[in-house]
Parts: sequence; C-alpha cells; structure tokens
Amino acid sequence: MQKLSEIKKSLLVSFWFMFLTFPIMVIRVNPIEKIVQWRWRNLLLVGMGSFILSFVWRYMIRQKESGMKKTGADDLQSMPLIDRVRKEQRLYIPILVVLSVFGILFPFIFSVYQVNIMTTALMYVVLGLGLNIVVGLAGLLDLGYVAFYAVGAYTYGLINHHFGLGFWAVLPAGAFMGALFGIFLGFPVLRLRGDYLAIVTLGFGEIIRLVLENWNDFSFGPSGIANIERPSFFGMQLSLQNATIYIYFLMIALALFTVFVVNRLQNSRIGRAWVALREDEIACQSMGIDKTKTKLSAFALGATWAGMMGVFFAAKTTFINPASFTFLESAIILSIVVLGGMGSIAGVIIGAFVLILLPEYLRAFSDYRMLLFGAILVIMMVFRPQGIISNVRRTYKFKGTNIHGDQNK
Amino acid sequence: MEYFTQLFLGGLTRGSIYALIALGYTMVYGIIELINFTHGEIYMIGAFTALITASVLTLYGFNELSILVMASLVAVIYSSAYGYTIEKIAYKPLRHAPRLSPLISAIGMSIFLQNYVLLAQTSDFVPFPALVPEFAFMKAYEHIFSSAELMILLTTTVVMIILSCVIKFTKTGMAMRATAQDRKMAMLVGVDVNRIISVTFIIGSALAAVGGVLIASHIGQINFYIGFIAGIKAFTAAVLGGIGSIPGAVLGGFVLGWTESFATGYVSSDYEDVFAFALLVLILIFRPAGILGKSKSEKV
Repeated sequence: MQKLSEIKKSLLVSFWFMFLTFPIMVIRVNPIEKIVQWRWRNLLLVGMGSFILSFVWRYMIRQKESGMKKTGADDLQSMPLIDRVRKEQRLYIPILVVLSVFGILFPFIFSVYQVNIMTTALMYVVLGLGLNIVVGLAGLLDLGYVAFYAVGAYTYGLINHHFGLGFWAVLPAGAFMGALFGIFLGFPVLRLRGDYLAIVTLGFGEIIRLVLENWNDFSFGPSGIANIERPSFFGMQLSLQNATIYIYFLMIALALFTVFVVNRLQNSRIGRAWVALREDEIACQSMGIDKTKTKLSAFALGATWAGMMGVFFAAKTTFINPASFTFLESAIILSIVVLGGMGSIAGVIIGAFVLILLPEYLRAFSDYRMLLFGAILVIMMVFRPQGIISNVRRTYKFKGTNIHGDQNK
Repeated sequence: MEYFTQLFLGGLTRGSIYALIALGYTMVYGIIELINFTHGEIYMIGAFTALITASVLTLYGFNELSILVMASLVAVIYSSAYGYTIEKIAYKPLRHAPRLSPLISAIGMSIFLQNYVLLAQTSDFVPFPALVPEFAFMKAYEHIFSSAELMILLTTTVVMIILSCVIKFTKTGMAMRATAQDRKMAMLVGVDVNRIISVTFIIGSALAAVGGVLIASHIGQINFYIGFIAGIKAFTAAVLGGIGSIPGAVLGGFVLGWTESFATGYVSSDYEDVFAFALLVLILIFRPAGILGKSKSEKV
C-alpha cells in the first residue's frame, strides 16, 4: 500500500514537471526562418528524471528528519572520514606527505595545460578562503566579492600599463587596494542586516564592473588591458612553459601561506570574535566586542585576499577585461565556500578542487557547469547546510581531577 | 519642455513595470521575510513562455488580439506554476533554518533557472514580437508616448487595483495580511499558513509575468539574463518604498523609474544601471526602512 502511494506521488510529480518544462524544454522557435522545433525526447527525459529524482528527494528529506531527531548521541561514529583523518596522526602525516610530493611533481609529469588548470584551482582555493573569512566566519553574506578581485586585477593592469612596475611591486599594492575598497564599502553598509547587506554588496559588485566597462579613459572599457607582464624570476623573463611552472609554484606557496594565516586568524582573538558575532550579535556586543570594528576587519581581510588574487590573475592571464568579473564569478566562489562547509578551511580547499577541477575534466559537463553550481547551492542548503566538512566547534575539556568524585566521569 | 515630458512619461512606464515586479518581492518579503532572488527569473521565464506561445500561434495563423491574450495568459499560468514549485523545492524545507540559508538557496535557484533557459533555449538575444497593437488615436503623440507605453500604464493600473481589492476584501487577502503581521498568531486562529505562502508566491509570480510580457513587447528583445537586472532593480524599488509595504512598492517603482529616466536623459546613458544600484546603496545606508516603511527595533 505504502509503495503504491509513493509511486502515485512520484507520477504526479513527474507529470507536473513535464507540464512545467514543456514550453522551455520542448519547443524551440527559430524566429528568422520561422520554424518551430518540437523536441519530444526532452519531455520524456524530464518525465523519467523527475520520477526518479522525486523518490530520491523524499528519501533524503526523510533521512534529514530522522537525523534531526537523534543528534548528539552518536556524533563520533557519524563523524565524516576526513575529520577522522585529521584526528589520527597515523593517517594524517602520510597523506600530507603524499599530497605534497604530488604537488611538487605535478608540473613535471603533466602538460602545461594541466598545470594551468591546477593553478586556477589553487587560485580559487585562496579566493574561497578569503571569502570564507567574511561569509563563513563572520557570517556576512558578501555577493560582491568579485569586485575586490577586479580591483586587484585592475590595480596591477593599470600600474603595469602606465608605469611598468612588475608583479612583485604591485602584489602588496593590490592587496592594500583590496583592503581599502573593503573598508570603503564596509564602513557604511555594515550596520545593515544580513540580507540587505547581501544586496548592497551585490549592487557594489555590479557598480564596479559597470564603471570599468564604461569609463573608457580610465580602464580601456570592454576591450580591457592586454600584454600585462608575467611575474619575473629574479629579474629574468621566462619562456611560456617555465613561466607556467613558476606561476604554479608561486600559487602553491601563496595558497599555503593563506591556509597558514587563515588558520592562525581563526583561532585568534579576532577570529573567535567573528564567530561569536555570527552566532549572536547582541550577546556578542554585551560581551564587550566592538561590532563595527570586528565586522570591518573581516570585510577588509577578506577583500585583501581577493585583491591579491586579482593581481595574480592579471599576471597569469596577461589580459583582463570587465567580462571576467561578473556576478557569476562571485557565485562560483560562494558555491565553493558553501559546498565545502562554511567556516572550515579543509572544506573550502576540497570544495574549490571539486568545483573547479570537475568541470574541467568532465568536458561533457562543462556546459552544465553553472546549472550544477545553482543546483548544488540549493541542494546543499536543503540537505546539508553545514557543507562537506562541517566546522568542528572548539570544545574545551576540563582535564583536572574531578572534585565531586567520580559520578560525572 | 517636450523632452522633459518625454522623460517623465518614459520614467512613468518604466516605473510601473518596476512596481509590478516589486510587488512580488514585497509580498513575499512581507510574509516570510525572504528576499526572493528567483523573482527576476520568474519574470524572465514569463517573457520566454509568452514569446514561445506567440511564435507558435503566429505560425498557425491566429489573429493579433488572440495571440496577445493567449500569450499573456500562458505566461501568467506558467510563471505562477514556477513560483509555486520553486517555493516548494527551495524555500519550504528551509522554513526554520537560519536566515542566510534560504537566501543562498534562492541565489542557487536563480543561477539554475538562468542556465536552464540558456541551455534549453538560446544564449542570444531573441526578438520579441510587438504584441500590443498600434492605437489610431495615439498617432499624434507617437514621438513622446507610444501605444505600447500607454498599454503598459493602463494594464499596470488595472492590475494594481485588482490586487489591492483582493488583499483588502477577500478572505485570502485577509489571511495574507494576518500572516504577514504574525505568522504564529495567524496559525492559531486557523489560517493555513503554508497555503497562504503558496498563494503569495503564485500572485507575485503572476504579476511578474504580466510585467515580463509588457516590457518584452515594448523593448522588443529578450535573453536569459534579463531577469537578473530587472530583479535587482525591482528589489531596489521595493526597498525604496519600504519592503513589505504594498503602496511602498508602487511608489518606489515610480521613484526609481523617474530617477533612471532623468539621469539617463540629462546625465549619461552609459551609466543607466549604475544610477539604480547607487540609489539602492544610498537608500539602504541612509533610510533602510524605505520611504513608507516603519523601522522596527529588533526584539531579543
């Protein structure tokens, strides 16, 4: 009986979706030749797909609900594999060694193309970690993160174009400009509540892009800036292949540096203040934490990494234009943070690799990349809001002798 | 003076479209306190459905008026269906989650829908047929105010009057107002809150579809990305007037429409969108409650 009603429900869902997607999926009109193309096969696919997916959906909703009921009791057993790896030294160190050997040998085994992709993935790791400070730790939803990325890229592009300064000289300048814009935007808007903040940052991101696109005298408009210098190796100019490998190692160093800094930040006084602010603003303020200063520092620090990566991006591709800095870029970085697990460093790293490398290697899926990103955001929010790796809260255990006897052991 | 009148009327038409879309935002926000990011996408899907219906009907040789009516009707039905489904998938399971979760889910849904249309249809701009007929009596004023613009103004006025009647006088409207005021209390007095939320999404989406059809046939081309900009601008209008307030959304729409129209007319047309965003940022900083909104202090 139960089964029959389930099937009935799924049939209904599948009919509903067939109806829903009918005009968009089935009919395609060619307005020039005035031909209507009927794609009935799509209708069939949608029907079957939604039939199966509705079972999965209901199953997962049930799992989630039953999971909610018994939280707490068996936390240790349900701990994901990666957390267990982190806890146990025996596994942790060999894995780290294997990863670093792979990382070092990578450019010598694989082609330049592969190295380029890996560099891009590492860039997104850093961008994700930067946004993680703002969204994951401080809980401020920033939808205009790409604006700071653009600021960094254009800082390098313009300075290099007009004054010929190299990568190393501009890298700190880019980071500084990012931070400056972070403060400049953050100062007025941080009094706003979460969702308003999201919209204002989105608006700010679009303003930066539109200004870059239209202010021809300043930014060369939509055509962008070409022939930006690659990073130099102690004053030497390298061949394309060597430069790619060099950039790859630079990026690895930068990524490690970022992980180090963010990790230290997370456990510092200010990092704990961010988390406290995210959890409860009022309680946090009553503990004597300056709300504005704390939020502003999160914003500025997040923007710093974006600015730095912007410089790096300009140096890597040697060409920038406003089209690289659309809202979609912000959405990708946000997906990385959300997928990985807000507030978790390991999660963000894995999230970046999954989201950037998967579409690159599954070429067949590259058209569906953004579709998948959208779906991932929704599915993660509905079923696993904590991400792949949930951020383990710091817990303090009292190790001294138990004064009240052994009852509480 | 004629230039001024032209800009004024242009702003009025623009503003009434923004107002139509903003109503959907404001109603949803009033009831579940969520910025419905997919609203712009629903508007886009409405426009696309209307385009597809109109093209198919044209090929089968229907006359102009029936195409206009049919296309609008299909667009409204489909947009409402999409609004209803999106609420069930992306928002309903998150009703008790932290505030940011439904917002991120909404952004995901919006990206998903954009790419769904992009992949299933096309990434190019598609010409949209001028569905609105040319009125003979408008010939004399053609250079400052077109028939299509007149149609937009008339339709939005009628739709808004119907909407305010529905909200004021029907039982569903009363339940909506009750839910917006206090969801728990409404539940206690026997309002089916889930149904009211669905109805709100359906009405909001229908309004967006009307806006989509009107503006698309006025501008004459659409693509999968129109929803993003329109959505943000309508949101600006809603915030401008005070989000959650229905007269506020209408007022905000007009203010935004005029701002854009005059700014592009007298300052520079390159920065059209920048003006809207800048206005949004300024409003949120200086008067987050909007023109007609009341600022609430948060309860602990």
